[in-house]
Amino acid sequence: MRKDFWMLIFIVALFGLALWIITPIDSERFGRHGMQLGLDLKGGSHLVYEADLSKKDPSQSDADAMAGVIQKIERRVNEYGVTEPLIQQLGTDRILVQLPGVRDINEAIRLLGQTAQLDFREQKLGPDGKPVVNDKGEQEWVIAKAKGSDGQEKELTGKYLKPNAQVVISQQKNEPEVAFEWNSEGAVLFKQVTERNLKKPLGIFLDGKLISAPIVQAVIEDRGVITGLTISEAKTLAIQLNSGALDVPLTIIQRSDIDATLGADSLHKSLIAGLIGLTLVILFMIIYYRVPGVIAAIALAIYATLVLSVFKMMPVVLTLPGMAGFIVSIGMAVDANVLIFERMKEELRSGKTLGAAVDAGFNRAWSAIRDSNITTFIACGVLYWLGGTLGAFMVRGFAVTLFIGVLLSMFTAITVSRTFLRLLVASHWVTSLRAYGVKR
Amino acid sequence: MIDFVGKRYKFFLVSGVLILVGIISLAVFRLQPGVDFASGSAITIRFDRPIDQGDLRTALLNLGYDQAIIQKTPDGDFFIRVREISPGEKESLTTGLEDKFGKVTVLDFYSVSPVIAARTGRDAGIAIIVAAVFILAYIAWAFRKMPRPFRWGTCAIIPILHDVFIVLTVFSILGWLLGVEVDALFITGVLAVVGYGINNTIVVFDRIRDNMTRGISRDFATVVNSSVLETFTRSLNTSLTTLFVILALYLLGGVTIRNFMLVLLVGVVVGTYSASCIAPQLLVVWDRGEWGHFFSWLPIGKRKS
Repeated sequence: MRKDFWMLIFIVALFGLALWIITPIDSERFGRHGMQLGLDLKGGSHLVYEADLSKKDPSQSDADAMAGVIQKIERRVNEYGVTEPLIQQLGTDRILVQLPGVRDINEAIRLLGQTAQLDFREQKLGPDGKPVVNDKGEQEWVIAKAKGSDGQEKELTGKYLKPNAQVVISQQKNEPEVAFEWNSEGAVLFKQVTERNLKKPLGIFLDGKLISAPIVQAVIEDRGVITGLTISEAKTLAIQLNSGALDVPLTIIQRSDIDATLGADSLHKSLIAGLIGLTLVILFMIIYYRVPGVIAAIALAIYATLVLSVFKMMPVVLTLPGMAGFIVSIGMAVDANVLIFERMKEELRSGKTLGAAVDAGFNRAWSAIRDSNITTFIACGVLYWLGGTLGAFMVRGFAVTLFIGVLLSMFTAITVSRTFLRLLVASHWVTSLRAYGVKR
Repeated sequence: MIDFVGKRYKFFLVSGVLILVGIISLAVFRLQPGVDFASGSAITIRFDRPIDQGDLRTALLNLGYDQAIIQKTPDGDFFIRVREISPGEKESLTTGLEDKFGKVTVLDFYSVSPVIAARTGRDAGIAIIVAAVFILAYIAWAFRKMPRPFRWGTCAIIPILHDVFIVLTVFSILGWLLGVEVDALFITGVLAVVGYGINNTIVVFDRIRDNMTRGISRDFATVVNSSVLETFTRSLNTSLTTLFVILALYLLGGVTIRNFMLVLLVGVVVGTYSASCIAPQLLVVWDRGEWGHFFSWLPIGKRKS
């Protein structure tokens, strides 16, 4: 009795804490601001890239190349300004990128996945010293090379830029430009190249595509501009130049874009459906099991509050299947109570007193609750692994919420329901066996 | 009082017929593989004004998508399946449609390359087998004090595979009738069904274990039958409460999770049936050495008495 009383205080305190954490749902508690919603609920883009490691610099290890790419993608995402992005490596050669709530997904994709190898090229000259033109009448180009400060021949590429490129609007033409600065090595190379190409065009190439070919007006050392871009292209290029070119080329192998309004709609619909389902469950429990049913309903409310507070604190990223996992776990939480109450009724019918029946009901239902929940944990573990190898965030969401839900349901069934029932029996408020659903 | 164990061959007959239907439908119709397994791109789009499906098909044809699968969703949106398209192709597809039909909202775009699709199918198969093996091992351990613990594990796993098979059957028929596809969420649902089904079976087995320890009868079949009866109300009530929630989500939860909920719906119903009508009966069949009866109709060998 005394033990039950302390347990009651513990449960009430825990419930109060959980309630404080989740109300209102978007409040800030312990540094967490609101629930973290998955892409399917708030909209956004889910991308899985595959890196072509055969194209890496041979002196680099696979792991270094991947780490370099991921670091550069992180910089690009941060400069682009995405809240709560997720960038992680899957397996040896894949990268998962999640961009919640991105306004222009196509722009974001161009920004992130492009190798962004910038290089400067000179006109290719024929044996007669005149520029060579291909069949289509287009100018042919060769990468500009010059002697570095160590005397070695080097290609003039974006590698020698300072990471401070920015978009400016040109005064004369009122057009966007990307202004860049060379580092000291770049300045040495650029000076020689501009000297050599004075009054001639210098091609600026991004990933092998010509973006502009200005005529060199003077010998320049330390800085320059890139013109011929739209404002969004200029912004993208500036971010890419600052992050540096990707170490290996990437291709998208899985992509999922979800519209934000669809996400909000799904969230709203499934919340209402969940509430209706929960109400039906509670009604059923009370009608069928009477007084214990009321206790189960209270336990269920405490259970749901605890689970939501754990989701918020971890934080668990809530996805639609994740919510489904939570709701299925409610079914299992009810199951633990049903198991116990059915056992209890049997004990009452066999002539035990109320107190003895409560204890026997819990003790004898325990092995079934334990064994059935552990097998559910096994299924969750396998699902979690499967979700990881697929990069399927939906599958993982389901596994995580179901696991947390089942774990907490064991706690509420064996502590909350039990303590409440024992206290109720000991208080002698309700002694009629009919109230416990037994006719004798 | 219902004689669950005595009617065992009637239950086996029902399941046998279901499995036969399943074998035929899976052989003939197979499953409609979604983007996750077949690779390609799936787009769900919404138009500002009502669009005729035939017009949309013509428009896609003109854009060069002659193999497109088009479905109208219950909300009046369109679901389009095409080969895997690049970000650039996606843009030209939507602008192409906008030129013809006015404003287009892409609600959902999902694209999977063949590389990852092949791996998904393999991994999903591995996941189900690994789950079954681990569960078998755990049950054998949990029933280690009973005679022949692996027999309990096996008798728990067979009905689960039976449940999974029936879910596959239902989706194969739905795929044929309505073009319902199986995707990564479908696999999630199937594994949830595995978890849920084993849950029910274990509760019954736990009761048999309990009743055997208490020695309520010398006859194994009698022990099993009273255990099934004692747990029957609980099985029904638990399934009912779970079904309330699943049904509510199925009907009101929106298109995204409708098929997922359907997997759970079918799985919970079949799982409840097999936990009371198949799994315990298999234990009795094994205990009595009646396996031969399953094959007694075959012309080979002689019928036992």
